[in-house]
Amino acid sequence: MSLDFSLSFNTEEKSNRLDPSIIYDTIIIGGGPAGLNAALYATRKGMNVGIIANRIGGQVLDTSSVENYLGFNSLAGEELMQKFEKHVKEYEVAMTSDVLVKSIENDYIKKINASNGKIYQTKSIIIATGSKPRMLNVPGEKEYMGKGVAYCAICDAPLFAGKDVIITGGGNSAVEAAIDIAKIANEVKLVHRSEFRADKVLLDKLYSLENVEIHLQTQIQEIHGEMLMTHITALDKKENKEIAIKADGLFVEIGYLPKSEIFEGLVEMNEKKEIIVNNKAETSTKGIYASGDVTDVPYKQIIISAADGAKAALSANDYVNKLK
Amino acid sequence: MAFLNDDIRKQITEVFAPMKKNVNIALFVKESGCDSCEDTQGYLEEMAELSDKISLSVYDFDVDVEKASELNIEMTPSLVLLDENNNDLGIKFNGIPAGHEINSFISSILEVSGVGEEFPQELVERIQKIDKPVNIKVFITLSCPHCSGAVSKAHKLALMNPNINAEMIEANTFGELSEKFNVSGVPKIVFNEGADLLGDQPLEEFLNTIESL
Repeated sequence: MSLDFSLSFNTEEKSNRLDPSIIYDTIIIGGGPAGLNAALYATRKGMNVGIIANRIGGQVLDTSSVENYLGFNSLAGEELMQKFEKHVKEYEVAMTSDVLVKSIENDYIKKINASNGKIYQTKSIIIATGSKPRMLNVPGEKEYMGKGVAYCAICDAPLFAGKDVIITGGGNSAVEAAIDIAKIANEVKLVHRSEFRADKVLLDKLYSLENVEIHLQTQIQEIHGEMLMTHITALDKKENKEIAIKADGLFVEIGYLPKSEIFEGLVEMNEKKEIIVNNKAETSTKGIYASGDVTDVPYKQIIISAADGAKAALSANDYVNKLK
Repeated sequence: MAFLNDDIRKQITEVFAPMKKNVNIALFVKESGCDSCEDTQGYLEEMAELSDKISLSVYDFDVDVEKASELNIEMTPSLVLLDENNNDLGIKFNGIPAGHEINSFISSILEVSGVGEEFPQELVERIQKIDKPVNIKVFITLSCPHCSGAVSKAHKLALMNPNINAEMIEANTFGELSEKFNVSGVPKIVFNEGADLLGDQPLEEFLNTIESL
C-alpha cells in the first residue's frame, strides 16, 4: 500500500486568486514548467502577473520520475513541480487553478473569458497550455478507453497488478512506463511501430527486465474485447503478417498533441496545430507570447519548456514597458 | 509508527487553522480480514491531532452493526465525515485516504467545517435543483495525481444537496467492487451504479450526467 503523502494542498490560493478588476501586465495561461518559469521571470521583472491553469504542475505531475532536469539526479515529476510552484509563490503571483480559458478578445487590453464565468484583463498574454496525450486512432480505442486502454501510467498501473499489459510507444515516456509497470504486472509487451528513440540509459534498463517482451516495427491495427479489452491485432512489418497479442491493458504513450484549439484564429499555427514562435517567443500577434509544448519549438522537454517560458516573460516585459 | 512527518504535520496544521465548525469522523474497522484497517486508524488518529476541531470515533463494523447500518457502511475501512451535530452529510471514503487522496480528505474536512470554496451562483442553482436521490462512486488509486480533484467535487456536491451522497473507493483495496464496475482507469465516476465518467471532469460534466439520470 502506498502511504506516501503527496500533499499539494494550498492555503494561499484562496487569498491570492486572479482579480477581474485588475489589469495585469501579463496573464500566463498554463501552470506547467513553461508557465511557472514565465511567472518567475515576469514577477522578478516587476510585472503584475497572473496565472490561469487547469492544474498547477501540468503534465509533469503524471510523470513518475524525472532524471534529466539539471541539478536533480532523480525525483518524482510531482516533486519537481512542487519545487517550481513553491519557488514562484515566494513572489506575488495571482493564481487561479481548475479553470479553463474559453476565449480571448484581443485588443490593447486583452480580455480572457474563463470557464468560471469571470473575465480577466491583461496587457499581454503568455500561452503555455502544453499538450495532451496523442491517441492511436485505431478501431476499438475509444470503445475500450478506461476499459483497458489507458493514457496515465502512474494513475492506472496499480489496477494492472499481476495482469498482462501492452505499452505502445518508442520514446522515453513509453519506456519509463514499461519499466514501472513491469514491477507489478505479470508480463509487459512493448509494441512500437518503428525503432526506439528513448535514451540509452532507459533502454539498458528495459532490456535487463525479464518479464518484458519487445515488438519493434509492429503497428497496432485494432483493439478487441468484450466488456473489457482482451487483445490487440497488429501488423508485424518485418515479417509482414498480422499478429494478435492478448492483454488486459494497453497503455498509450505515443507522444503529445498541442492544446491550442482555443487560440485558432488568434495566432498562427503550423500544420501540427503548434503555435509558431520566433526566437523571442513572440507569436504572430503583438502582445501574445507562447512557450513550451504548445509551440513549434522541437524537442518537448521539461527544461526546454521552462527555458522558453523565461524567454516569453522577458519578451512580454519589453512589450509592456514600451506601452507605458 | 508515525505516518506523517513533522514537515507535513506543520503544513496540515496551517491548512486546518481557519476551520470554523467541528468535524466528527466516524471510522469503521474490522478486527480481522482488513489489511489496511490498522493503518487507516493510525493515520486518522494522527490527522485528528492536528486540529482541536476534529474528533474521531472508531467503530467495529462487526460489533457496532446498528451504527454501520445507520451510516450505510458496506465495507472496511470506511469513514464518513459528520458535522458538528453528528449529522450524516453523505460524504464517505472507502479505503485509506492516503497518497494523493490526502488532498481530497483535507478538502472535504474543510468544506464540512465551513471554510469551503464558493461556486458561482449559476452552478449553485443547478446543484440545488437536483431532486432525485443520487449516489456518486469515485474509484481512485492512491498514486493518481488528479483523482483527488474528482473526489472533492463529488463530496462538495453531496454537501450542497442532501439528495446526493458521494463516496471515494480505493480500487486496489476493493478489487471485487472495482471489477464489478469494470474499473481499469481512474478516476472513474459512477452515478447511481449506471452512467459513468472517466477522468477528473469539470463540475459541469458531473451536473450534465446527474441531470440526464
